[in-house]
Amino acid sequence: MIILQPRKHVSLRLTIAVPVLSVLVTLALGGVIFALLGYNPLQALYEFFIAPLARPDQIGNLFVKACPLIIIGTGLIFCYRANVWNIGAEGQLILGAMGAGWVALSFPEAESRFLILAMAVMAMVGGALWGLIPAILKIRFKTNEILVSLMLTYIAALLVDWVVRGPWRDPMAFGFPLTRTYPDAGLISRMPLPGIGYLGQLHWGVLVAFVVALAGWFYLSRMLGGFQIKLMGDAPRAGKFAGFHQGWVTIMVMMISGALAGLAGMIEVSANIGMLQPHISFGYGFTAIIVAFLARLNPMAAIAAGLVVALAELGGDAAQISMNIPKVVTGIFKGILLFMLLAGETLTRYQIIWIGRSQASTTTAKTKG
Amino acid sequence: MTIKTPNHSPAQSKLSSPLLAGFGITKRFGDLVANQNIDFAIQPGELHAIVGENGAGKSTFIKMVYGLLQPDEGHLEWQGKRVIISNPLQARAMGIGMVFQHFSLFESLTVVENIALALPPDFPKQDLSVLIARKSAEYGIPLHPESVIADLSVGQRQRVEIVRCLLQEPTLLIMDEPTSVLTPQETDQLFDVLHQLAKQGCAVLFISHKLDEVKHLTSRATILRGGVKVAEVETAKTSTRQLAELMVGAKVQGITADKKRKKGRCLYEVRQLSRPAFGPFDVPLKKISLKVHAGEILGIAGIAGNGQSELMSALSGEWRPDQDAMIFTEDTDISRLGPTGRRALDLAFVPEERNGHAAVPSMTLSENALLTGYDEDGVVAKGVIQFDQTLAMARRISKMFDVRQPSDDPLASSLSGGNLQKFVVGREIIKSPKVLIVSQPTWGVDIAAAQFIRNAMADLARQGSAVIMISQDLEEIFEISHSIAVLNEGKLSDVLETSKVTAEHIGLLMGESHDRVSGQTHQNPKRKISQERGAS
Repeated sequence: MIILQPRKHVSLRLTIAVPVLSVLVTLALGGVIFALLGYNPLQALYEFFIAPLARPDQIGNLFVKACPLIIIGTGLIFCYRANVWNIGAEGQLILGAMGAGWVALSFPEAESRFLILAMAVMAMVGGALWGLIPAILKIRFKTNEILVSLMLTYIAALLVDWVVRGPWRDPMAFGFPLTRTYPDAGLISRMPLPGIGYLGQLHWGVLVAFVVALAGWFYLSRMLGGFQIKLMGDAPRAGKFAGFHQGWVTIMVMMISGALAGLAGMIEVSANIGMLQPHISFGYGFTAIIVAFLARLNPMAAIAAGLVVALAELGGDAAQISMNIPKVVTGIFKGILLFMLLAGETLTRYQIIWIGRSQASTTTAKTKG
Repeated sequence: MTIKTPNHSPAQSKLSSPLLAGFGITKRFGDLVANQNIDFAIQPGELHAIVGENGAGKSTFIKMVYGLLQPDEGHLEWQGKRVIISNPLQARAMGIGMVFQHFSLFESLTVVENIALALPPDFPKQDLSVLIARKSAEYGIPLHPESVIADLSVGQRQRVEIVRCLLQEPTLLIMDEPTSVLTPQETDQLFDVLHQLAKQGCAVLFISHKLDEVKHLTSRATILRGGVKVAEVETAKTSTRQLAELMVGAKVQGITADKKRKKGRCLYEVRQLSRPAFGPFDVPLKKISLKVHAGEILGIAGIAGNGQSELMSALSGEWRPDQDAMIFTEDTDISRLGPTGRRALDLAFVPEERNGHAAVPSMTLSENALLTGYDEDGVVAKGVIQFDQTLAMARRISKMFDVRQPSDDPLASSLSGGNLQKFVVGREIIKSPKVLIVSQPTWGVDIAAAQFIRNAMADLARQGSAVIMISQDLEEIFEISHSIAVLNEGKLSDVLETSKVTAEHIGLLMGESHDRVSGQTHQNPKRKISQERGAS
């Protein structure tokens, strides 16, 4: 029998050594897999970990990739802390992108800076409303929010597919399922860094991601609202006794995470695509679930977790392009990396205790010296 | 006197070699010495009690016997041979069974499924149902193997745990506070089973702080205080009062509640309150009416499961009627107010369950202080929690209510039950509320802590507050309350003055239409004590 026992004391050395070890084990295992499949393991590992960071502009792109993951991950942390399992951030992201797109396409001649603000607000409203549906169904009919939010994701995907092929399609797009391009005022521009200038595609949305993570951390750890959320997650009866309403907390966290996913969708489109199309997300809403847990449900840690997951994503793309490694193989490798990090994280906090079967059936009569 | 045997070697006291003996057992947790140089022995077939306050080291000691902890010094002997019990599996294989205070059963599974899960891998599981039925019938605690746990009462669930132990033919059965969850008649049934087991040669180690039960059931008792064994006594030759003195280390003082107080103005009133049953285990409340006045402690007696938790949720506002004019504080109708609104009117509540209801085990004491203190002045400013305030609040509670804690602001889960209870009661009393409503204030709490809590409630009443105390402990009710009402099957009796009522009368009210109970009242030692008190 195996028992996981919380460590009484976690040393600093362990905290540093374990993630390093996790990466090393991943490298070794990944190398073996690549070699068995007939790829040069060293080159593959280089493509995965070094190539995406080799040039300064690529570092900028890493942050761009991490941006939606950090924002959505922060929102999901709110839900998971409250013991509400929102799996539908992907759908909330799409609805947010649609909300922002509706504003941008309604004012094609707009030049005001308020356009982008209005888009952000509508994106958050769209995402929040999409998140509200499973919350209300859960409270009213005790439906399972995991299933409902997940199914709503597919509805959202079909919805955006329909609008870009139907009502919102650009008549000048030669029949392609695309909307008109947003006006310039509805786009997010690249962010110059002081002393460095532009760094790859690094845009202002990345700054928003940092602010969101910080604000989320402050709310959860310092504010009464955050205390309510944790209380409802840890001990709902005590929360009720304190005078809080479980239903309101469920609505609040679903709307917050929906709003943030929507915001991420708006940033993704405005910064990188500039129009709506059938596919606007690369599964960020699902990948962010990993980010939330990798961050141990701490929004501050979501920044680091988002960057790690983004690196794995970019590395996977790079390996596919330069070495023709199939997508499934890069997927396996990403899986190994995340598994090792999560396992390492668990083992930092817990120790494994083996209780052998032989020990159980025989009485060990030892004399103490 | 038999009491003075602190360093008595257990091996000398009996002719045959003991079933289990401990020699100089010491266990430390950091600076805290939980067990210090404890000698202990239990004979085959003996009913032996380990008595002590919370924090006296009872749990630490039995955890070492059951292999959950290892002693730092000293050793155990099993049937005369030196052993190291390294884990519970080994303890079970040796013939040690244990029934924990809190059961570990899967509610959605049946009795036989739960037992099958808990048995060792090599235990033959064919005909397990038949075996369970036979074993339970043998001890007069019939169990239907196919019953789902969720449908069973607490007493029946405990039987499942007991039968699970019995299937492994133990020679030593450890029962950790087994009666704290039982009704009086279930307790009697449990004692019959334990007597029968002892007759068949199985030793029973009975951990309790209910001295009348210890006296009633066991023949010998080992008394721990502050981690040290202070005495080993023959319970037949020792009075309950002597046991209590040994356990607490000082004369137990009864509270001299000021029973002849003047009646103040009415501070809390319930008028014709009914509540339907929402689930299969709910007890509907039927037209409950009560009044409590300034300076008065109203005790609500009754056997567990007669609507206590339903009444508490209505009094605290966690459940609210959909009609007005049912609950008042002074002249304010608070029927529709939730806990926050009622707290704002200077009412305070302590529900029965400490873990996960009155307090959150996974949070710190300061966060637990915030739980009912967030609407106090200066604790939350513009939505931001002032942690220096909550910490100060927690420290103040701990200091005033003698909450012993391992560090400055520990997790609630690191406190013993008695200390956490002092904290959750203290958290409310420290606010000097106009009305304090508590449920089972001393449930599972050692004598000293219980006395402390009762004193604090009596003081609060003396200062002009009103207290409603829902309790199963008749003794406690007679000790401090000025008036008594009995909750029975969701109905509340008239409010009676404590000085004019006998325990017998209360017992009859509690037992009304509970035929089995009223037939057994004479067997319950606790009630006898209460009767003496009530008469004096």
